[in-house]
Amino acid sequence: MNLPGSGILKGMAVTAVNFIGSFFDRAHAKRLITEQYPEERPTLVETSRSFPFLVFDGDPEKGIRCTACKICEKECPPQCISIVKAKDANGKPILRPQIFDIDISVCMGCQICVEVCPFESIRMDNIYEVSAYDRFGTLVLHKDQLLKSNEYYRQIHPTEAAQTDARIEAVRVKKAAAKAASAKAAAAKAAAAQAAQTQPEPAA
Amino acid sequence: MHFLENLPLATKKYILDLVEAACGWLCTKLGIPLPAWAMPLILTLASILIVIVAILAVYLVMFALMSVAERKILARMQNRYGPNRAGWFGILQPVADGIKMLTKEDLVPRGADKIVHFLAPIAMVAPALMLPAIIPYGTGMVPVELSAGILYFFALGAGTELAVFMAGWSSNNKYSVMGAMRAIAQMISYELPLVMSAVIAALVAGTLSPTGIVEAQGGYSFGFLPNWFVFTPWGFVACLLFYIGALAESNRCPFDLPEGESELVAGHLTEYSGFKYAIFFMAEYVGMFAINGLLVTLFLGGYKAPCPFLEWIPSWGWFFAKLALLAFSMVWVRATLPRFRIDQMMQFAWKFMLPMSFAALIAAAAWHYAGRGPAAWGLSALIVGIPYLVLGYFCFTRRHTADNRTYLFSE
Repeated sequence: MNLPGSGILKGMAVTAVNFIGSFFDRAHAKRLITEQYPEERPTLVETSRSFPFLVFDGDPEKGIRCTACKICEKECPPQCISIVKAKDANGKPILRPQIFDIDISVCMGCQICVEVCPFESIRMDNIYEVSAYDRFGTLVLHKDQLLKSNEYYRQIHPTEAAQTDARIEAVRVKKAAAKAASAKAAAAKAAAAQAAQTQPEPAA
Repeated sequence: MHFLENLPLATKKYILDLVEAACGWLCTKLGIPLPAWAMPLILTLASILIVIVAILAVYLVMFALMSVAERKILARMQNRYGPNRAGWFGILQPVADGIKMLTKEDLVPRGADKIVHFLAPIAMVAPALMLPAIIPYGTGMVPVELSAGILYFFALGAGTELAVFMAGWSSNNKYSVMGAMRAIAQMISYELPLVMSAVIAALVAGTLSPTGIVEAQGGYSFGFLPNWFVFTPWGFVACLLFYIGALAESNRCPFDLPEGESELVAGHLTEYSGFKYAIFFMAEYVGMFAINGLLVTLFLGGYKAPCPFLEWIPSWGWFFAKLALLAFSMVWVRATLPRFRIDQMMQFAWKFMLPMSFAALIAAAAWHYAGRGPAAWGLSALIVGIPYLVLGYFCFTRRHTADNRTYLFSE
């Protein structure tokens, strides 16, 4: 049986060890595990995601992958995406967005737009310091703010980016093969036609 | 170090001389002869004013420092950093807190008794600020020399209970009333052991004057051990009882049931905001410092140095060092112990602390009549030790409480 009151002394010893230990402890080692945010940045895990962005290859105008198909706009559960298709000089729609806005005050980061995009064009970013004083002016991201290079994507999400690149490459190779095959077939057909023309028709 | 020792008193005398000279100069300038009775009156008033300003300044600065130091220490004990944003290492935190409190809206509930609601913080802070008047801060440094200073202290301290109940009742809020009722129950229960243990010190010193009690603790046994009451068995027990009582009286953890936020929102403070809340907060801290000051006076040798070779440090330095140590220990206790349950708290007061304080009283008397020597020391240790073990083992066992409890709705 312990002496009455010894439990209190034991508890006091624990807090005393914590108190003294906190002065001889490297930050984040065992005690004082708080990250001092503005000075210390959190190291984000690779899978962390916040809001979508648009991927481009090379040039932000020409290399834009988005074709303004509006699938993401239709699929977005909180309807935070709004897209307007671009038009050429004759007023004919072309496969490029004129306006691409995402309201990040509405966006819930569900990643459904990323899942449905057939052109690997919309992807998740990991920015987190996006608070602003003006709700309608600054929290709606426009096309020029959303466009980010594929290199940036490789940097923040390397594994995902590699998979995406592989998929795009596979599609490109397949297309090229198909093209080559069709070209070959066309050439063969043309050659056959020519041969038929030059050779005299056998007598029936 | 004679200079430092006399610094507060010399400053006061200097200001008084200045006042006297200024009055004389003004009268000759205006051509009005000063009546003979006027000068002593002016000087008395000036002297009172200086003491009031000094007490207010010292206690409010201590309150400000304590409010940030407490949070820092508490944080360290819980492996956190605590406030470190405002100013250098968070030292400007009290300023930020103060500005926040002052700019907040002062809400009064519609159904509240407005006059009592307004008066409660005043009734709380006035006795709290009057308490420090009788505490001797250094040799000859006692603001009001009262022959019954201890009595004055407890008479005023009891006024806090009224203020707490005023606050709770006038708020027209169930949490406030429940918090206030708990506060009353707690304060009255713990007042008893608190006063009993103070009586022990007064009994041995043979006086109710705080200065007299401090002087009774002067000198050293064997040339190094100070004759503080805390170093005797009965004094040690009485000191601990007083300390626990002080925790309960100042509503600090683990006795913060009146404002237990997990069950009562904020108790009697629920309907207070802004400056009134700040006043309650301040009164609590000033009251805590005052009762700690009394603890230092009664048991820890007041302004006396702990060893003969440390006597070069000014006496008021020793007083405030001991006060700071006690304040630290209260934060330490707060970081360690969880809150009492209300029935446990009442049991602890009536079944343990009150008998223990009687035992300590008898031990003190035995110590005195046995000649205050080593034999007396042993005898008094026995008289407090046996009740401690008996009460500790048989009063709070689990079996005892389990028998008394009936479960109506659960197995």
